[in-house]
Amino acid sequence: MTMSEFKRASIGRGLLILAMGLSATMAFAQVDLAGNWAVREGQDFQERGPGPDPVDYTGLPINEEGRAKALSYTASILSMRERQCLYYIPPYLVIGPFPIKMWEESDPDTGRAVAWKIGGIIDRDVLTIYMDGRPHPPDYAPHTFAGFTTGEWDGDTLNTYTTHFKAGYLRRNGVPTSDKATMTAHFMRHGDFLTVSVEIEDPVYLTEPDVVTHVYVLDAKTDIRPTPAPCTPAAEVPRLHGDGLVPHLFPGKNPAIDEFATRYNLPRETALGGAETMYPEYRKKLQANYKPPEKCVRYCCGWEGQGAQNTLTNCINRGAPANAEQEKGRF
Amino acid sequence: MNLSEFLRHKMPVMAAAALLCGIYVQVFAQAPAGAAPATPPPTPKAAGPIDLTGYWVSVITEDWRFRMVTPARGDYASIPITPEALKIADQWNPAKDTAAGEQCKSYGAPALMRLPTRLHITWQDDNTLKVETDAGQQTRLLHFGEWKAPGGPATWQGDSVASWETPRPRGGRARAGTPPAPAKTGDLKVFTTHLRAGYLRKNGVPYSANAELTEYWDINTHHDGSKWIVVTSNVHDPMYLQEDWITALHFRKEPDGSKWDTTPCSATW
Repeated sequence: MTMSEFKRASIGRGLLILAMGLSATMAFAQVDLAGNWAVREGQDFQERGPGPDPVDYTGLPINEEGRAKALSYTASILSMRERQCLYYIPPYLVIGPFPIKMWEESDPDTGRAVAWKIGGIIDRDVLTIYMDGRPHPPDYAPHTFAGFTTGEWDGDTLNTYTTHFKAGYLRRNGVPTSDKATMTAHFMRHGDFLTVSVEIEDPVYLTEPDVVTHVYVLDAKTDIRPTPAPCTPAAEVPRLHGDGLVPHLFPGKNPAIDEFATRYNLPRETALGGAETMYPEYRKKLQANYKPPEKCVRYCCGWEGQGAQNTLTNCINRGAPANAEQEKGRF
Repeated sequence: MNLSEFLRHKMPVMAAAALLCGIYVQVFAQAPAGAAPATPPPTPKAAGPIDLTGYWVSVITEDWRFRMVTPARGDYASIPITPEALKIADQWNPAKDTAAGEQCKSYGAPALMRLPTRLHITWQDDNTLKVETDAGQQTRLLHFGEWKAPGGPATWQGDSVASWETPRPRGGRARAGTPPAPAKTGDLKVFTTHLRAGYLRKNGVPYSANAELTEYWDINTHHDGSKWIVVTSNVHDPMYLQEDWITALHFRKEPDGSKWDTTPCSATW
């Protein structure tokens, strides 16, 4: 290459880089999602806080196989070393009770975003959202707790797609997800609110996507570390350690199958969920025979608010007599 | 020059020129030459970055037992109520509400969108978006622009002022007198006041006449191609809430109104 050819080629490449930079900036308007985002439990307090009742599958589009697996679940499963961390797959972002920390990682040479990251908390791994257009790995690639996530901006909404995460749980009472499940998420910031809407698709256990939406509030005082302490399995129940016992419930033998349904005056079939229970017309099936329970028996005041100044003592004593003092100030 | 040399030496220059031309056209193509009269801005209907019209169904995957059925008296979980609100809610009497003609107390704007319902959204005119529900047969009117509330008694749906929120434009600016090109992404912000006091939950959790409702309406396209509205809702009511009640809801678009099923307000169901 002569000197003049070299100059022409260099100028051309420089113009190309400039043009690509300009066009990319115009195509990808985006909002800053970085910060510490605190939880507000204004919805699904029980689900995300103390945890759902056993055999409450209402509003979940599970199929027969998912239902059967959920009914075989016992919380003792989580005492097994190899299963202690199973809850902490990406959907735990919106079914768990924890705040999130988000930050961007950029290329030191170009300044372009390489990834957005959502910090882990307690046992959930850091979620890396690749923004550089790399492809998802092939189906046979290993599945991890964090999975593999790519993202792209649509205006001010960050859309992400997660694959390759391990089989885990969709609800914290044993409703399963398979390792074929995927998660699509939409991150929408409105001032100090961050709304995250997630759809989980699972050809093994769901008949249609499960959609969950959660709102976080920007709060610099929320103390979150970027990297969590790892989920470290340990023998917590001596009888489960080393003797080969596998906690389980046989088909038709779940002792809690009517616990939720009885407490809230619902038919068993309603408690067992399915896509039908998600839609307004399902109410017609319930209307003729439904009567509200006489009174609330627990979690009655639920979440009082992050900065609650008044503890609703009367409500607490009425609603949760067994452990009122212990839970005072929270429930 | 052979093909390899062409690709190495000429292609970058040509590609850059093409891209820069494209950018020029995108930024300046709509700017009129000279001092042409200013074009009036598009109406809110025409300027909408998202299309909310159509039929939508609420998909109840969260707070199921508070939304699909009437919860027990005294079940206030998830709502940060004050002790004063607790006293009022404990006196919930649906028979008395019905006798007083106040069956719609749990269908006011701060509670309406949480109901199991379908929405029918249309433009009433160029400046007013109309949101109807089949549950309780309510109508919300979302007013854009310089709308002034007519006054009069407070209503279940209150007075709603709406505005589009769009991403900040980047990479260039239009010439003076030229309205910006309508954005293709964004959301709807709605601020509602002048509400008739009602219930946040069917079992009598109150909101006051001073409550304010702020909402952000987004549209997402899901992996299967379906369209969803996500409404982020913030109820501010210092009289009955220890802090703002913040929630989010989602509605899936339906192909038509064939499942629309109107039901009147009910104080018990």
